[in-house]
Amino acid sequence: MNERADVIVIGGGIVGTTTAFFLSRRKRSVILLERGLTGQQASGVNFGGVRRQGRALSQLAMSNRALETWRRSRELLGEDVEFLPSGHTRVCYHAHDADYFHRYAADARAYGLDLEVIEGAAMFRRFPFLGRDVLAASSSALDGHANPRLAAPAFGRAAGRLGASIVENAEVLRVEKEAGGFRVECAGGRIYRSGQVLICAGAWANALSTQLGEPVPLVARGPQMAVTEPVPYVFKWSMGVYTSVKEESVYFRQIPRGNIVLGGGAPRPADAATRRASVLPANTVAQMAQFRRMVPALGALHVIRVWSGVESYLPDSEPVIGPSSKVDGLFYAFGFSGSGFQIGPGVGETLAELLDTGSTPIDLAPFSIARFQRTAPGRTESATSEISS
Amino acid sequence: MAANVVVIGAGPAGVRAAQALVEAGVRPVVIDEGRRDGGQIYRRQPDGFTRSYETLYGTEAGRAKALHRDFDALRTRIDYLPETLVWNIEPNAVHVASGTRHRKIAFDALIICSGATDRLMPVPGWHHAGAYSLGGAQVALKSQGCAIGARTVMMGAGPLLYLVAAQYVKAGATVSAVLDTSTLADRVRALPQLLAMPSTLKKGVALMNVLRRAGVPVHRGVTPVAIEGTAQEGVTSVRVKDANGATLHVPCDAVALGYHLRSETQLADLAGCEFRFDRALRQWLPATDQDGRSSVRGIYLAGDGVRVRGADAAERAGRLAALAALKDAGIAHVGAAADITRLRAQLHRFTRFAAGLRTAFPWPARFAAALPDETVVCRCEAITAGELRRVVNEMGAKEANRAKAFSRVGMGRCQGRFCAHAGAEVIAAEARIPLEAVGRLRGQAPVKPLPMALASQQSEKETTA
Repeated sequence: MNERADVIVIGGGIVGTTTAFFLSRRKRSVILLERGLTGQQASGVNFGGVRRQGRALSQLAMSNRALETWRRSRELLGEDVEFLPSGHTRVCYHAHDADYFHRYAADARAYGLDLEVIEGAAMFRRFPFLGRDVLAASSSALDGHANPRLAAPAFGRAAGRLGASIVENAEVLRVEKEAGGFRVECAGGRIYRSGQVLICAGAWANALSTQLGEPVPLVARGPQMAVTEPVPYVFKWSMGVYTSVKEESVYFRQIPRGNIVLGGGAPRPADAATRRASVLPANTVAQMAQFRRMVPALGALHVIRVWSGVESYLPDSEPVIGPSSKVDGLFYAFGFSGSGFQIGPGVGETLAELLDTGSTPIDLAPFSIARFQRTAPGRTESATSEISS
Repeated sequence: MAANVVVIGAGPAGVRAAQALVEAGVRPVVIDEGRRDGGQIYRRQPDGFTRSYETLYGTEAGRAKALHRDFDALRTRIDYLPETLVWNIEPNAVHVASGTRHRKIAFDALIICSGATDRLMPVPGWHHAGAYSLGGAQVALKSQGCAIGARTVMMGAGPLLYLVAAQYVKAGATVSAVLDTSTLADRVRALPQLLAMPSTLKKGVALMNVLRRAGVPVHRGVTPVAIEGTAQEGVTSVRVKDANGATLHVPCDAVALGYHLRSETQLADLAGCEFRFDRALRQWLPATDQDGRSSVRGIYLAGDGVRVRGADAAERAGRLAALAALKDAGIAHVGAAADITRLRAQLHRFTRFAAGLRTAFPWPARFAAALPDETVVCRCEAITAGELRRVVNEMGAKEANRAKAFSRVGMGRCQGRFCAHAGAEVIAAEARIPLEAVGRLRGQAPVKPLPMALASQQSEKETTA
């Protein structure tokens, strides 16, 4: 086995696999170390929204890049990850949220995201199935959804075909800087070496960044997902509620085979140590009431399965992306706070560019890990201890 | 007697568990999916039906009558929730749905008596209308007095194969053939263990006599080839190879399938109980001690839902699990010590007999490797053996949950209850790894489809549209 490469990527989620993919296309040698299987955690259990709408404006450049990759995914991967650009619509119940829709649409236009906000009769004509509490709808025609269970593993396999070494069941215990690069030690004593390291280990990233002197207040939480039995394909738009009331914040998408994927409401703590998270039964029931409010016809369906997984959240809900502020050659991408799936391939492409050439036109300053050293000096607790408290 | 005890299931195990609890002064909550008590085996007919115990339960009429009578006597001393589904479990609480009403019920001890369903092996064409499980065929008869078809074929292996065929014959239905995949040699090999329960063995022989007198063709050692039919007509015939390799073609309009039973273990899984792989049975089962204590404190498992040993054993295991729960809670039960000793000894014999049944009616694991690629494995999601093999070979999915994520096998409304065993065999055969290495599908709520009209009884506030 090749135990030395230009880059070691730690974590085989959507960011890790796409970074490995784009680095391999740039002819850089890559070893990707994944503790379990690729795309098994947050990247595999999320809603599957391929949504630019609603992101912080600072994310939109990478998000647009990502959309290009999603659109070309079949050609790039040689297989189908069920990307469906059928549009994404946000709706709201409160007047101040409707006002925000208009403001966001105006702001986002400058970043290449075109949104249409409609209200009242026009909205009910286009979306006759919406509940009467809904005040406004904001639609992004080019967004859509994809199958999260397939995407990251497919990018991983594609990277492997281009020469990357994708090592599954390899748990990284220690990352150390040594002369000429990095030494990465895995459980079982396997040692890997490289000139650069990318830590994109989701909820487990803090354990590694802490070793390198950059602890972050990362918290693991589990999304609360569900799916219905298959019914005729009628909901082309992926839809969600925008609200500051956490319980109201539900979203759904229907796949052409008929099942409707549901999610949202209050997330719950997850346990990074056991790598498992579950759906709170009360959340399932609360979600159902919110779905009946949003689309009353959904009340006639059945939920056939619920699931969760381990996602990583940061206090400002923005990810860490970019170079370490302390160690040369070290890079991070984690803490996507429930919004990493769509942007993942854009982050991967951007990091591949940055690691390969030393620069990227995309402004990564808002995502610097240094922002937590300013606000939380000396903070060293692990994600696990924060969850259990 | 402050202990909150919840019993799930009102079949033989659940009823006997509730009875032992009541004897000790505990008022348990008994939750059951059925409209009436009795479970699957002693299912009570709907109101207005007037068949006698002898007609409904045959040689088991006395046991059925006793169980129903004893449950009726408990009714004022338990909180009985019929037509209620336990759809999720949290530490110390179950979540139930009754119609569209949701409730959370707290417990200190939980006794899960979830019973069993048919263990199924796919056969080409089993997705056609008119293909049922043997258990399903039996429910139609017991509950509604209906046969699944005018000319039926019973196919598979196990005690239920002959029992259902004989019950159909007695009810006046036409059984065109009994196609048994097990052989006489299997049965001879099992005889020493089957002699642990000579009276039960005799009942089995009596069922064969019913079929012989009725002139029902019985073929042993067959290999299923296909259930033939069309989308419009449903099942039209069954094709098998007989023991000599000759093709046998049996016209029919319905077929019932099954290879003995599999435990309904999803609730134990949701409760976090540890599972172990049983090599002889080729399946994962919750681990318990001899009295039914699971690996999780306060969770007890009894009856066919933890280990298929039949209804008589389930009655004893239910009582034993309740006595264990009482003992652990420090609640006195007069005569418990002697009872426990006696029940353990009796269950030992049932365990031996169950091992004999396993030998006599083996699970045909080898059929999985031979399934044509176009055979549907997961009927809920319409996923074929070929697609499952593709994710094993091309996507490296050799673990059950990984293969599910890529292929959707086990992702539908049954959540793998009917396809997971066969799916795991297909994966193991294709990947050339031991079945144990394939693992098992992780349980996910809800145990059965849950209406989205569900509303909590505790707080009804909801905006109407």
